[in-house]
Amino acid sequence: MAEEVKVLRTWSSPFALRIVWALKLKGVEYETILEDLSSKSPLLVQYNPVYKKVPVLVHNGKAMAESLLILEYIDETWKQKYPLLPEDPYERARARFWAKFSDDKVLPSIWDAFTTQGKEQEEAIMPVMENLKLLEEELRGKKFFSGETIGFLDLALGWLANLVSMFEEITGLKMIDEETFPLLVAWIHDFSHVPLIQETWPPRDRMLTKFRAMREPYLAAARNHLPK
Amino acid sequence: MAEELVLLNFFSSAFAMRVRVALAEKGIQYECKEDNLFDKSPLLLEMNPIHKKVPVLIHNGKPICESLIIVQYIDEVWNDRSPLLASDPYQRSQTRFWADYVDKKVYSAGKRIWLGKGEEKEAAKKELLEVLKTLERELGDKVYFGGETIGLVDVALLPFSSWFYTYETCGNFSIEAECPKIVAWARRCMKKESVSKSLADPHKIYNDFVLDAKKKLGIE
Repeated sequence: MAEEVKVLRTWSSPFALRIVWALKLKGVEYETILEDLSSKSPLLVQYNPVYKKVPVLVHNGKAMAESLLILEYIDETWKQKYPLLPEDPYERARARFWAKFSDDKVLPSIWDAFTTQGKEQEEAIMPVMENLKLLEEELRGKKFFSGETIGFLDLALGWLANLVSMFEEITGLKMIDEETFPLLVAWIHDFSHVPLIQETWPPRDRMLTKFRAMREPYLAAARNHLPK
Repeated sequence: MAEELVLLNFFSSAFAMRVRVALAEKGIQYECKEDNLFDKSPLLLEMNPIHKKVPVLIHNGKPICESLIIVQYIDEVWNDRSPLLASDPYQRSQTRFWADYVDKKVYSAGKRIWLGKGEEKEAAKKELLEVLKTLERELGDKVYFGGETIGLVDVALLPFSSWFYTYETCGNFSIEAECPKIVAWARRCMKKESVSKSLADPHKIYNDFVLDAKKKLGIE
């Protein structure tokens, strides 16, 4: 039977990019279905009734959700080419641990720093620095998080390479500076310049506009709490 | 080399119970070290410096953290018996999805029931029941979430069943009334020694941990 692979995604979702990268690395042909989350399609609701979010991978009619879990599916299904996770169970556990750390701790802390100002932002930046230091330490002795070539953990953390510089531009706040995080800066450069990664970044201007707009309500809410 | 397996545990931790169930299902011997959540041991801080939480499984000196990651590790290393995941990639993806769903939804709602009050508590009760009803639909007519045998989703959810008494007492409601199939499933699982030996006693959780924790945290 011919393989039918579809990816439901938005033009900007960093989580969906993980899936795109994995499929490209494995040389798997797929069809993109672009979603508009402000007006969810019946297809999205049908394929991901629990969360109604992207990305969703549909393989020969069978749907699955949650990007890190989808990566594991892709790795187990298309085994012959480009393994994403290491073979050794202990190393696999470590990769899963750091991927979870990315989503549970790093991303929320950076989002908090992005959506606050002044004193609140000063407080929000502290966990960001702690989290980034842990990632910096994790890179010691390695070119990529997964070793000599990109793998599961680089795909999981790939959003850092795209979003952080945009957040820095919008807020004027430097989060990943070369002096404090030389390894992370090098990784961002090397990861971004892997050709198949580079060709997938969403248009930067459009992203900047989108994130500026997303930030506004947070800042407005904070302003409204100030006494007149 | 003899296998050296140590579990850093806390008796009422639902997450630590997951690891105990998995190890018992696989018939694996290990040393259980009881930690103290309010006075963490140097070993815990050394083995899990980032989160400083139980459970931690230390296998031949190497730590593995995060309960579902530990359970999958156990399944992969001791892959010759009682598999917790099917071999088919799609089935595995669905199993992982529902285990992750339990992770995302059950603990937080439950915590807001026993720690929260007023509107927050009422909202959390509603949320928990909705989540359990969703899980009931996923269970369907199966004996276990894993089918004929206990699987990852059973392991993920079972410890929370020992917390039902706490949720019901603090929330003043009956989980069995709204979600009879989940309660029936939990009872079925408890018939297995691997489960009954591994889960903490619901009354002990409430009397020895919850009441004490609420006092320490200054909550009525």
